[in-house]
Amino acid sequence: MSANGAVRRSECAMSPEKAVFLFSPGRSTEGAHAPSDGAATKRGPNFSQTADAPCPARSAIIPSMASLRETLARTRTSIFSRVQTLLGQADITNDTWDELEALLLQADVGAATSTKLLERLRERTRAEAILKADALRTALKEELVRLLEPAGAAAPLDYRATRMLEVMLIIGVNGAGKTTSIAKLSRLYTDKGRKVLLAAGDTFRAAAIDQLQIWGERAGIDVIAGKMNSDPGAVVFNAIQAAFARKSDLLIIDTAGRLHTKHNLMKELEKIRNVLQRNVHGAPHQTLLVVDAANGQNAIAQAKGFAAAVGVTGAVLTKLDGTPKGGVAFAIVSELGIPIHYIGTGEKIDDLERFDAHTFVDGLF
Amino acid sequence: MFEGLSDRLQSIFDRLGKRGFLTEKDVDEALREVRMALLEADVNFKVVKDFLVRVRERAIGAEVHKSLSPGQAVIKIVHEELLSTLGEGGHLDLGGAPPHVIMLVGLQGSGKTSTAAKLALRLRGAGRRPLLVAADTYRPAAIAQLEQLGKQLSIPVYSEGDKVSPPDICAHALAKAVSGAHDVVILDTAGRLQIDDAMMREVEEVKRRTKPQEVLLVADSMTGQEAVNIADAFNKRMQLTGLILTKIDGDARGGAAISMRAVTGVPIKFLAAGEKPDAFEQFHPDRLASRILGMGDVLTLIEKAQAQFDEVEAAKTAEKMLSARFDLEDFLGQMRQLRKMGPLGDLLGMIPGMKDALKGVAPEATERQFKRLEAMICSMTRQERHHPDLLNASRKRRVAAGSGTTVQELNQMLKQFRDAQEMMKKLSNNPRMRMMGGLMRGKR
Ligand SMILES: Nc1nc2c(ncn2[C@@H]2O[C@H](COP(=O)(O)OP(=O)(O)OP(=O)(O)O)[C@@H](O)[C@H]2O)c(=O)[nH]1
Ligand SMILES: Nc1nc2c(ncn2[C@@H]2O[C@H](COP(=O)(O)OP(=O)(O)O)[C@@H](O)[C@H]2O)c(=O)[nH]1
Ligand SMILES: [Mg+2]
Ligand SMILES: [Mg+2]
Repeated sequence: MSANGAVRRSECAMSPEKAVFLFSPGRSTEGAHAPSDGAATKRGPNFSQTADAPCPARSAIIPSMASLRETLARTRTSIFSRVQTLLGQADITNDTWDELEALLLQADVGAATSTKLLERLRERTRAEAILKADALRTALKEELVRLLEPAGAAAPLDYRATRMLEVMLIIGVNGAGKTTSIAKLSRLYTDKGRKVLLAAGDTFRAAAIDQLQIWGERAGIDVIAGKMNSDPGAVVFNAIQAAFARKSDLLIIDTAGRLHTKHNLMKELEKIRNVLQRNVHGAPHQTLLVVDAANGQNAIAQAKGFAAAVGVTGAVLTKLDGTPKGGVAFAIVSELGIPIHYIGTGEKIDDLERFDAHTFVDGLF
Repeated sequence: MFEGLSDRLQSIFDRLGKRGFLTEKDVDEALREVRMALLEADVNFKVVKDFLVRVRERAIGAEVHKSLSPGQAVIKIVHEELLSTLGEGGHLDLGGAPPHVIMLVGLQGSGKTSTAAKLALRLRGAGRRPLLVAADTYRPAAIAQLEQLGKQLSIPVYSEGDKVSPPDICAHALAKAVSGAHDVVILDTAGRLQIDDAMMREVEEVKRRTKPQEVLLVADSMTGQEAVNIADAFNKRMQLTGLILTKIDGDARGGAAISMRAVTGVPIKFLAAGEKPDAFEQFHPDRLASRILGMGDVLTLIEKAQAQFDEVEAAKTAEKMLSARFDLEDFLGQMRQLRKMGPLGDLLGMIPGMKDALKGVAPEATERQFKRLEAMICSMTRQERHHPDLLNASRKRRVAAGSGTTVQELNQMLKQFRDAQEMMKKLSNNPRMRMMGGLMRGKR
C-alpha cells in the first residue's frame, strides 16, 4: 500500500490546514493503527470473552422470543390486509392511530417524522371532520406524497439536450450500491443517446476498479482508471481530460465508500469535487448520494454529513427489491430537501427506475 | 437530533422531583422517552414494545437507591434489560477435528468479504492456518476482491472462477484444506436477499455439503427495522451460530443488533469497526447498550484510556476538561498520553456528538513535532504554563531560544493549544462529557 493511500485512509489523520503543527504526513497505515492493534493483542488471541469483561454474567435471555417470532411472521404476511381493514369503513379509534404509527415505524419512517406526520394528520381530521378510517388513509397518503416533494429540487439530468460535458459524482457509505448504480445509470443515459465515460474513483477497496471495469465492458462503456491506492483526485483529473478528448458528454465518477463521520475521507471527497469544479464548467452537475433502503435512521445522518461536505443534489435509493420500505426517505427529502431521483431494484444493469412518489407511498401500504 | 437518553430522562425527573419510589406515572413518562430513544436507534418497534413491558414490570414500585436519582434508576434498569437482551458476546466454536468451516452469509454489501479477511487474520494470529474461499460467483470482481485481500495478508485464497457453482467450489475447497493442512476454512458467499428463495437454497446447499461449525450472519449496523426479518429468515434456513455487526465505526446506534439478537437468540460474536483487516473487535454488550441508549461508547473509552493512561491522570484531565481550566501543562500531559495511546480523535470520537467538536483539532504528533512541543513547554516557567497569556514578546524570545525553536514555531504551538482549549470549552458544555467525567471519577 502506498504511503499516499495509507495517509488518506488513516482514519484519524487531520486536515492539513488545521494541523500544521502536529500533522504527520508520512505515517503508515500500520503506524496509525498501532494503538488499536496493541489493544487487540492485549485482549488476547483467544476467541472467548476476556475474563475482565465489564459485564456480569446474565442469565435468562429473552423471555418472549418465540412469541416475538410468531408476531413477526404474522406481521409480515398481513400488513396489507391489516391496513385494508384498519382503514376501511370503520370509525377512527385510538387503535387506528396506534396501528398507523406502527405502520410508519415499521417502514423506517422514524419516530420523529412519524410523530410529526401523525400530528399533522390529527389536525386534518379535526379541521376537515374526517371520521372514517378510509378517509384517513387517503389523507395519510397525501401527506406522505407531499413530504416527498421538496420545493425547488434539482431535476435529474436526463432531459438536458446539451452537448457540453456534464459530470455526475456518485457518493455514499460503504456497500450502499454506488458502483452498481453507476453501471445502471450509464446504461440508462447511453440509451438516452448520451456519450458516457466512467471514472474509477474508488482506488481504495480491493478490486473496486476491476468491478467497475467489468461493468464497463458489459455495458460497452469506457472506464478511466488509475492504480490501486493512487490519488482519486488524479484519476478524476485524467478522466476529465479523457472525456474532453473523446467528446463524451457525461462523465460519471465512482468513489470509494466512506462513512460520513470520517473527517479525512470527507476531505478527500471535497478534493475530488474541487478538481471537478476547477476543470469542468459547472461541475459536478449532479452529486448523487446512494442510500441503501434497508438502512434505518442513520441514513439521515449520512445525508446530512455528505451534504455538508460536498453538497448533494439528489439521491438513489437502492435495494428496494428486498422487503425494506425505505421510509427514511421521507426525512431525507422533507428535512434535508434532497430529492430521490432513482431507485435500485436489483443487481442487474437494468434494475434502475425513476423514483415516483405515489408508487413509493403505495409500496408502504 | 436525538439527545442522550440520560439527559432526556434527567429533565423529566428534575421536574418530578426526587422520591424514594418510582410511581407508575413516573415510569410511564420515562418509558416514553426510552421508547423514542430505542426507535431512533433503529430497534425494531415490536422488539421495543416487548422490551418496555419488561422494563415497566421491573421499574414500577422499584426502590430508588439513595445514591441514584430517579432518572438514573430508570436508566439502570433499562441498561440492565438491554444487556440481558444483547446477551454475552459469543466466541467461535472451533472444537473437534479440523478443518473447521466458518460460513459467512448476509445481504448485499453488508461486509462479508471484508469480514472474511478480518476473521482469517485474527485466526492466523491465534495460531491457525486459515483458507479463504471465494464463493461469490455473482458480483463483478468479488473473487478478485477476496484474492487481493488474501494477497495483502498472505493468506491463501481458494477460487475456481465464476463458472463453477458455489456449493461445488466450497466442497472442493474443503478437500483442498485437508490436503493443504488448513485447519479453518472461511467461506465468503455472495450477498443475497433473505426473500430470494433460489439464492437462499444455494447457501443451504453449501451448508449441507460443507457442514460448517459456524454459520455467521454478517449485518450492517446501519440496518433499520428490516433487521428482524433478515435475521429471522437467515436463522430459519441456516440455523445461524452467531452474528457479526459491521461498520460500527460510524455513528449508527446499532439498534439492529438488539432486534436480531431478540428474534434469533443467537449471540453476537464480533464487531467490525473499519475497512482495514485489523479493525475487528470482540463484542461487549455493555458498550453496545450504552451506544444504543445514546450514552456514548463510554466504556470503550474508559477501557481504552485505562489500558495506557494512568487512571488518576485520566480523571484529572477529564476534570480539567470539564472545568475548562486546561493549561499548557495539561496540553503537554495530553500530548504525552496521546503518544502512548494513539490519536485523541479516535478515543473521544467514540462519544456521539464529540466528533464534530474534535474536527481539525485533535492532533497526531510525530516524534519530532512532539519533542519540539515538549522542549517549548519545558522552557517556560510554571507560571507561564498555567497562564500562557503572560507570554509577551520578550518571554517568547526567551522560550524559543531556550528550546531551540523559533518564535514563529512557538506561536504556532500556542495557536494549537488555544484551539485545544477552545475545544475543551465546547466539550465541557456537552452533558455527555460531564457524564464521562463522572464515570471516570467513579471508576476508582
Ligand atoms: N467503515 C467500514 N466499512 C466496512 C466495514 N466492513 C466492510 N466495509 C466496507 O463495506 C463495503 C462492502 O464490504 P464487502 O466486504 O465488500 O461486503 P460484502 O458483504 O462482501 O458485499 P457483497 O459481496 O457485494 O455482497 C466495502 O466498501 C468495505 O470496505 C466496517 O466495519 N467499517
Ligand atoms: N438486491 C440489490 N442489490 C444491490 C442493489 N444495488 C447494489 N446491490 C448490491 O449491493 C452490493 C454492494 O454494491 P456496490 O455497487 O459494490 O456498492 P458500493 O460499495 O457502494 O460501490 C453488491 O453486492 C451489489 O450487487 C439493488 O438495487 N438491489
Ligand atoms: Mg463501489
Ligand atoms: Mg463480498
